[in-house]
Amino acid sequence: MSLKLGVPSKGRLMDKTFSWFEKRGITLSRSGSDREYAGKVEGIDGVSLILLSAGEIPRELAAGRINLGVTGIDLVQEKLPRWEQQVEEIAQLGFGKADLIIATPACWVDVDTLDDLDAAAAAFRKTHGHRLRIATKYHRLVREFLANAGVADYTLVDSQGATEGTVMNETAEAIADITSTGETLRANHLKILSDGLILQSQATLWRSRVAKCSPEDKAVLAALLDRLS
Amino acid sequence: MANRSQIQARAAMMRVRFEAAGAQIVDPPLLQPADTLLDLYGEDIRARAYVTSDALRGEQMLRPDFTLPVVQMHMSEGAEPARYTYSGEVFRRQEHDPDRANEYIQVGYEVFDRVDPAGADAEVFSLIALQLRGLPLRAATGDIGILIAAVAGLQTTERRKAALMRHLWRPRRFRHLLDRFAGRAAGPETRDALLNAADPLAVGAPMIGKRRAAEIEARIEALREDRETAPISDSELAGLETLLNVRETMPFALEQLRDVAVDLPQITPALDRLEARIAALQARGVDVERLDFEASYGRTSMEYYDGFVFGFYAEGRPDLPPVATGGRYDALTRQLGGGAEIPAVGGVIRPDLMLSVEEAGQ
Repeated sequence: MSLKLGVPSKGRLMDKTFSWFEKRGITLSRSGSDREYAGKVEGIDGVSLILLSAGEIPRELAAGRINLGVTGIDLVQEKLPRWEQQVEEIAQLGFGKADLIIATPACWVDVDTLDDLDAAAAAFRKTHGHRLRIATKYHRLVREFLANAGVADYTLVDSQGATEGTVMNETAEAIADITSTGETLRANHLKILSDGLILQSQATLWRSRVAKCSPEDKAVLAALLDRLS
Repeated sequence: MANRSQIQARAAMMRVRFEAAGAQIVDPPLLQPADTLLDLYGEDIRARAYVTSDALRGEQMLRPDFTLPVVQMHMSEGAEPARYTYSGEVFRRQEHDPDRANEYIQVGYEVFDRVDPAGADAEVFSLIALQLRGLPLRAATGDIGILIAAVAGLQTTERRKAALMRHLWRPRRFRHLLDRFAGRAAGPETRDALLNAADPLAVGAPMIGKRRAAEIEARIEALREDRETAPISDSELAGLETLLNVRETMPFALEQLRDVAVDLPQITPALDRLEARIAALQARGVDVERLDFEASYGRTSMEYYDGFVFGFYAEGRPDLPPVATGGRYDALTRQLGGGAEIPAVGGVIRPDLMLSVEEAGQ
């Protein structure tokens, strides 16, 4: 048995995670070719690296198939109900920063706040005979946020990518998505509501509260956490 | 813990009693078309109900309650007056509390009658109370109709009243709107600049999306109008606040609400209905002197109720959901009736919770 560490399997998120660990004396690398999703850990014994899609890491943590995992706060909170009971935050890694926000067309000069969005939604439904559509892949987070704010007469439509384009294509009237610089929003003539920040996310190292841990694993975990702190 | 067959036996027994009281048995399908539910409740229902689909019929929901299908059935083929009873599973998604059941049995009784609404309210309440007799339960009652009447009669614009009415069931947003309409809370800082602009749409952003320029202009016009509207008066506001805080036994609550009606005379007809209901409950042997009435009761959980509302709660068990709930839903029959409408009131009992309260008492 060894302690299983799940890390995003590609792109900047993987590279930055590797260098975050490197700075702490632990070298993570892909074993073999670039296409192989197996990894190698040097600098500490008893830890094995598992490369996974960032979106699957919350589920693997919650199922206890990995002990530790790196993924965004947004994905953990969206995919895991009662996430605090399933995972524990070990460290925020300082990259992959993004805000989950609500944005509307910039031409909606009368809409600055959630209050305005609610009023616009009421009028929109009356005019068009259907609810104001908000495109997102973060259904739970957005629904809870809007329910807390008391926004009514909207409906969520699923959008797994190119969400900013849905307004122009008239498949949605507004969006809820992650943004880091706001560049894509601006390019698509969208603006963020002044009180439309749902969540600030970044890449985070999580520990599974449900994964089985042998006494040896526990010792490795303690040594690892010591190195990381 | 009571097992499934004990719960079903109890449910069957209660349905027989409702049948003996004159109700016809109905058995709506487990799968309900999702569009009606979504249209009525919006996104909220997705958080509460299980959604499934097939290629032919599209989205379906496992029934989250019986009221909706019973109303639909009555509006399309029912004779008047009508009494219905049913017993069966309902399904609710639980994302926050794993101890709450996501599938449980409800036994219900619904009355569609336009002649004597006070009598029908009392009939439903007392028949349910009778089924629960002997259990250590506290009954709470309320009346959404009083709040609706108070808002409908405010001395302000139709637009403001419609906005308040729309958020009657969302107390926080209601409070927020009320503060703004009373001049106690300001709008966003950018608002004045927008409303003073000669051409507010000229911000250099292209018009995109299905919400057209004319709709944006119409809202700006509405906001300009609203800015010129006088705030809701202090006396009306004080009346509303007193009303929302009334929490007393029924006869005292009525007395306090009659005092509120000095500032808000528009609630008087609704109070007359409450008075008639108290008399009807008394005539059926309900001890109204000890029955609680809370003017805000039912505002957060029961969106389709628009008159009398009630619930029975296990004493000393705040962890348990209510053992029985019910209320009047005249507006729902209007929404689903396609032009027709009929006053309607009903309630449901959860036999599983009854049995666990009984067990705890032994």
